[in-house]
Amino acid sequence: MYDIKALYEAESVEHAIKLLQEHPEAQIIAGGSDVLVQIREGRRAGVELVSIYMLDELRGVSIDEEENIRIGSLTSFAHITKDPIIQKYINVLGEAVDMVGGPQIRAIGTIGGNTCNGVTSADSASTLMAWDAVMEVTGPEGVRRVPIQDFYIKAKVVDLKPGELQTAILIPKSSYENCYGHYIKYAMRNALDITTTGCSVNVVLSEDKKKFERVRAGYGVAAPIPMRATTAEEFLKGKNVTEKNIKEFSEMVLEDVNPRNSWRASRALRRHISVVMAERALRESIRLAGGEING
Amino acid sequence: MDNQYKVVHCTINGKAVEKVVDVRASLTDMLRNDYRLTSVKKGCEVGECGACTVIIDGEGFNSCIYLAVWAEGKEIWTVEGLISPEGELSDIQEAFVEEGAIQCGFCSPGFIMTSWEILKSGKEYTDDELRKLLSGHLCRCTGYENIFRAVKKTMLRRLGKKKEAEKVNSQGITEYPNPMPFI
Repeated sequence: MYDIKALYEAESVEHAIKLLQEHPEAQIIAGGSDVLVQIREGRRAGVELVSIYMLDELRGVSIDEEENIRIGSLTSFAHITKDPIIQKYINVLGEAVDMVGGPQIRAIGTIGGNTCNGVTSADSASTLMAWDAVMEVTGPEGVRRVPIQDFYIKAKVVDLKPGELQTAILIPKSSYENCYGHYIKYAMRNALDITTTGCSVNVVLSEDKKKFERVRAGYGVAAPIPMRATTAEEFLKGKNVTEKNIKEFSEMVLEDVNPRNSWRASRALRRHISVVMAERALRESIRLAGGEING
Repeated sequence: MDNQYKVVHCTINGKAVEKVVDVRASLTDMLRNDYRLTSVKKGCEVGECGACTVIIDGEGFNSCIYLAVWAEGKEIWTVEGLISPEGELSDIQEAFVEEGAIQCGFCSPGFIMTSWEILKSGKEYTDDELRKLLSGHLCRCTGYENIFRAVKKTMLRRLGKKKEAEKVNSQGITEYPNPMPFI
């Protein structure tokens, strides 16, 4: 038995909002692979829960009328990886979430839960950050959209006001069009491990594939919340695809990444691998985009 | 606050059932205590070891971190459901016995359910793919190679590749997984 004070099962999004308003102390449970484990550990013992797990309306991937990729917040990692829309437009996200935990965790873990718990090590977060995802938040006042950069406030705190829940994650067309990316997770084991530091890079190359039109690099566990290496990104904009520029870009991520010492890894190691991962992920992104490195 | 209960209807091992369940119960609690399906093991109870793995609507889940009330309307399979009407073991169970993939036996029901999910896809997986698909389970006895071999052999046999399956036996596992592309 879990040490749960009360469980309120939501029957629709509106009902979930109502339950959250009626029980202001209650926490949302989606797949539960964080919440239930923390109850077991005692960290969240005695909680009231609003369960949204049964809301199938929040599952699935589609293209909406604005041509955004729309990922329902309760879509499991396993389903994201297998989804044809994801594979076609943002395959790197499917690859990234395929590195979370093990197969059974990927069956229960949801992308909404992965982002709403506000942790920097979430394997989906660095890629969503690097693709300028937009969070759709539904609450008593209706629906609002929050860019992911603003959604993360500080470690374990995201922009969800009382009575609100995240209902979808959107990837705008301007973000995914002609864009190719690669994610690298550095961890100690091949499975069931947390990211020491992760890096997700994506590129849009010019038509002749010789110049970088846009480069974005997202990081997990390089700061208290997922972040972007904006200085390096700016540097590469409009530059030629050359060895020298790739090297300079990867060194330049150190301007932005600010990892800490923890029992898992030192700041020095994390800074070092941040550079190496940036370079390798950029090279792979260039390859996927059909580019060649000239000189 | 008084205890909360809820009626949960679901299909377990092909049989439609319903029971009143405490909302604080995990699916492991429900399957073991209410339905006496004790193949579902309580290992870590935090979703790490895979000993409690059951199939829900065709996918393997850790039942220890799955609330019993979420089983409403679901189709659930455990090892008890694999046994034939005559009481014989399934091919995957036979292979586990043959290969010595079972020692203490605690991880076996979970591994067998995951193997069942892997094999029902009818695909031929590479060694690396199989290892990844089996990676959500911990076994402290066998060192995994016997388990891997049992799954691989059953996969090949089901695909009609009897010769290749026997080769796995005589050669043992010669191929080791490529080291993870760490960075």
